[in-house]
Amino acid sequence: MQSVVQTAGAGGGSNDVQWCFSQVKGAIDDDVAEADIISTVEFNHSGELLATGDKGGRVVIFQQEQETKGQPHSRGEYNVYSTFQSHEPEFDYLKSLEIEEKINKIRWLPQKNAAQFLLSTNDKTIKLWKISERDKRPEGYNLKEEDGRYRDPSTVTTLRVPVFRPMDLMVEASPRRVFANAHTYHINSISVNSDYETYLSADDLRINLWHLEITDRSFNIVDIKPANMEELTEVITAAEFHPNQCNTLVYSSSKGTIRLCDMRAAALCDKHSKLFEEPEDPSNRSFFSEIISSISDVKFSHNGRYMMTRDYLSVKIWDLNMENRPVETYQVHEYLRSKLCSLYENDCIFDKFECCWNGNDSVVMTGSYNNFFRMFERGHRRDLTLEASRESSKPRAVLKPRKVCAGGKRKKDEISVDSLDFNKKILHTAWHPQDNIIAVATTNNLYIFQDKMN
Amino acid sequence: MEVSAEAKRVMVQALSKLYSSRTQRGGLRLHRSLLLTLVLRSARDIYHSARAACDSEEPLGPPAADPQQCPAEEAMETSGGRAETAVSVQEQPASRRESRDDKENESPAGAERQSRKRRGKTAAEPDFLPSKRARMDPSEERLPTRSGPGGCRGLRGTLASLPVSQAIAAF
Repeated sequence: MQSVVQTAGAGGGSNDVQWCFSQVKGAIDDDVAEADIISTVEFNHSGELLATGDKGGRVVIFQQEQETKGQPHSRGEYNVYSTFQSHEPEFDYLKSLEIEEKINKIRWLPQKNAAQFLLSTNDKTIKLWKISERDKRPEGYNLKEEDGRYRDPSTVTTLRVPVFRPMDLMVEASPRRVFANAHTYHINSISVNSDYETYLSADDLRINLWHLEITDRSFNIVDIKPANMEELTEVITAAEFHPNQCNTLVYSSSKGTIRLCDMRAAALCDKHSKLFEEPEDPSNRSFFSEIISSISDVKFSHNGRYMMTRDYLSVKIWDLNMENRPVETYQVHEYLRSKLCSLYENDCIFDKFECCWNGNDSVVMTGSYNNFFRMFERGHRRDLTLEASRESSKPRAVLKPRKVCAGGKRKKDEISVDSLDFNKKILHTAWHPQDNIIAVATTNNLYIFQDKMN
Repeated sequence: MEVSAEAKRVMVQALSKLYSSRTQRGGLRLHRSLLLTLVLRSARDIYHSARAACDSEEPLGPPAADPQQCPAEEAMETSGGRAETAVSVQEQPASRRESRDDKENESPAGAERQSRKRRGKTAAEPDFLPSKRARMDPSEERLPTRSGPGGCRGLRGTLASLPVSQAIAAF
């Protein structure tokens, strides 16, 4: 058996790693305010910052504390670093439509200087935010008092040079760019290019390419809108740039296909370079086949060789060199296949789960119901089910693996499918880019778990 | 028969979800509407084939035997390539909307072909006019917002009258 070495950068095996509760953020209240529902979670490139967006249009950024010598058994905690209102509700008067302020996605830009930058988007508008620290301020102005009031110029008899003095750390968030009016349909994805100059935004039918410095124009690179909307058969559900090939992007569709496009081929990338599609298993055909095959998320691996897709029941890993089928398929909650009718009735079948890779692409993670989340260890073909709950929220408590009983006799500690709470769903998860630290969002709480360090 | 009953239930729920999504905050979701339309179509096809199989087995009774079922059956059987061809009275408001929607579709279509070229400026195209139907017509108010065991009775007349493809064309 391969032993797992806990070095920096090693994702570890999910069975060798013991996951412990670290922190939980958000109200303990069972009565959830709709504005507090978390809609996106994202670590920055170093993992020092963790951003969440919610339905109320707010962004909350947590910063990891520096590891102290006093606490060698755990990594730094994440504490609130900045909170700001990114988007407000708007009204489109021409179409008589309200535009929700809910943050659909946050993507960090790589750090170039002392400030941090992130892109946040709602259904229609993308904004570039600058988050900067201020820990000193100028004092000793000649024309102003310390409280800001202007002095009477006639009372100024001497001149002095203002000096910077330290002050309490203040973190400021300011909108540097607003990229608006480019999407007729609802934006579902944004992705920063590896050239660090451009990014894409995708809605149901189109993908636009932007330059980070230019807000009054964007290039349309994918357009799948049919001439006659009655002929519409599929929509774009997610899109992402390749992590190191700046000309390559992928987008997934509601039909379960993924298209890889090369921007060097043509200005309009309607013709894909590769089409990834797995033929449907005819024995699984039902009323709801189309709904459950819709892809809700697509993510490239960090090394750029693979991509992962999430549909309603499974996670698939594709080798970019093989289009006709995925190289790995993991069943997230196959026991739900016989419950599709009820899930359709209560709308859960439309839930859009996201997925993520660990730092070295050895483990993938996605959410499920009953506040369960799943990890699949690729090399060892092992899977793990854990739960994000207040009950198992004691500091550094090791999480116990969970199991769902699909049928037959329920063993002790197993949960039957019928007692799963479908209101408790984990749609958004994120994995620290280097360490075994994960952020898991329940409806309105953010759980942070990390591996047990001995 | 179970298949056709389940198909009908699925259709009824799809319709009710499509209608209730009109009042949703943030506007109609294209993806969700498309999926519901696809479910509606496949359930309708299954319903048709189940009924056809059923009818071919049993001898046809007098048409007036079940007055409630008649308009629905007539509506179902007269549907051709599009679900919206029906003889019921409810069809009229739908067909009015249909013709209006066709215009909405036709006029941008020409402009669309041109606008598929790469754009140098930000796109702000008038894809569709604002919906003039701020509320449902009285004839459509028969449609319950919840589906339940008894819910399908009131919906039979409107099952075929809803133009399936128009749910998407309304965008």
